[in-house]
Amino acid sequence: MSLVHLTINGENKSVEVPPMKRLLDVLREDLHLTGTKEGCGEGECGACAVLLNGELVNSCLIPALQANGTSLCTIEGVSTEGHLHPIQQCFLEKGGAQCGICTPGMILATQHLLNKYPNPTMEQIQEGLAGNLCRCTGYMRIFESVQEAAKLQNAGAGA
Amino acid sequence: MHSDVTQFDLAAPPSLQAVLKQLAAEPGKHAPIAGGTEMMVALGAGRLQQRSLLSIQHLRELRFIRVEDRLLHIGSGTTFTDIRRSAEIAKHLPLLVQSASWTGSVANQNRGTIGGNICNASPAADTPPALLAYGATVTLVSASGERTMRYVDFHLGYKKTALRPDELLHSIHVPLVFGDHRQYIRKVGTRNAQAISKIALAAVAKVEEQRLADVRLGAASLTDRPVRCSATEAVLSGASLASDALEETIRLARAALAGETHAIDDIRSTARYRGAVAGNLLEEFLRSLAG
Repeated sequence: MSLVHLTINGENKSVEVPPMKRLLDVLREDLHLTGTKEGCGEGECGACAVLLNGELVNSCLIPALQANGTSLCTIEGVSTEGHLHPIQQCFLEKGGAQCGICTPGMILATQHLLNKYPNPTMEQIQEGLAGNLCRCTGYMRIFESVQEAAKLQNAGAGA
Repeated sequence: MHSDVTQFDLAAPPSLQAVLKQLAAEPGKHAPIAGGTEMMVALGAGRLQQRSLLSIQHLRELRFIRVEDRLLHIGSGTTFTDIRRSAEIAKHLPLLVQSASWTGSVANQNRGTIGGNICNASPAADTPPALLAYGATVTLVSASGERTMRYVDFHLGYKKTALRPDELLHSIHVPLVFGDHRQYIRKVGTRNAQAISKIALAAVAKVEEQRLADVRLGAASLTDRPVRCSATEAVLSGASLASDALEETIRLARAALAGETHAIDDIRSTARYRGAVAGNLLEEFLRSLAG
């Protein structure tokens, strides 16, 4: 067993887990943060995506020990004080979420994308979300949600 | 998950030397793990043979990009994202940037490393064709020293490399001599995003007065390992791109390529399809030089 220290959504946590336990399972089973979903478990679908030191990663492919000392943002850390994040609000309003399994990963991939490109082109949106599969929406509503979120964030930044 | 994670051990030794010491003490017992984008899939599928893993993901000694002595040096722990963000690599090795950009998704590029891509030794891997075309060399390190070899000699067979169990791939070196070369790369997969290639071809060549010189071709999925297509290069050396000779140059090149490669049949494609498309890519490259 290994003692793993994490900063999750701003809070310091320590867990004692097998070092090869997937970060995904540490989040869900040890920390009871079940917002992060498992889809394929092979790094193809992005349902388990989280931000690790600000970088988008698939938590199903990260052994717990490799996350030691890192700072993580999961879907539980995206909203603040009970208010949806603008990205979440836009997914809600534009129909970017249906069954919801891919949504936490989509939101975090969008956050990572908009940090990199505050005004993303359609091509940048498609590439940024290419690792996140959705079987419900057909993607168009997700792209619209991301475009709307970019607009909203830029308006907020300019205000 | 087909594996019980409690049956696996993982340690993160503090330095490269500490990792090499442990590999040397018990050769073959420990498997190195960098970004985990391949090893963790193997774990999930129950394909991971070693029960003990050593993380090299945190080793700063293996994560660098620098230009020195007219060579571009890339540490094996450099991620695909690092490669895509590097102004030096963009300037000198555009084919490598292109191949890094189509390796998996952004999340995988943030973790996966060029060293892992090479050492996993899949014949379909994305960065080897570019590195082969660029004539890269690689440095392998162990507790007892280091050795540098031509990258083309590193791949010995299907998933077989020259790496000894006590060695790690340390770095990759590419000579900065391609400023005047025309460069080409194309991957053909089932779809654009994070597909594994059915076939990929990287090519560089100089064109002097409508004649080809210094042609270098690297390919994926054309045989059991990433390959350099030397016989085709030889046929193309000095070949003419003039309008009255181009068709013959293309015909000879396609024949040479078909003669020296043995495309593979697998779940992603057939040997016949791969052979035909490889010829088409080569032809596309040659026509782009003539046009």
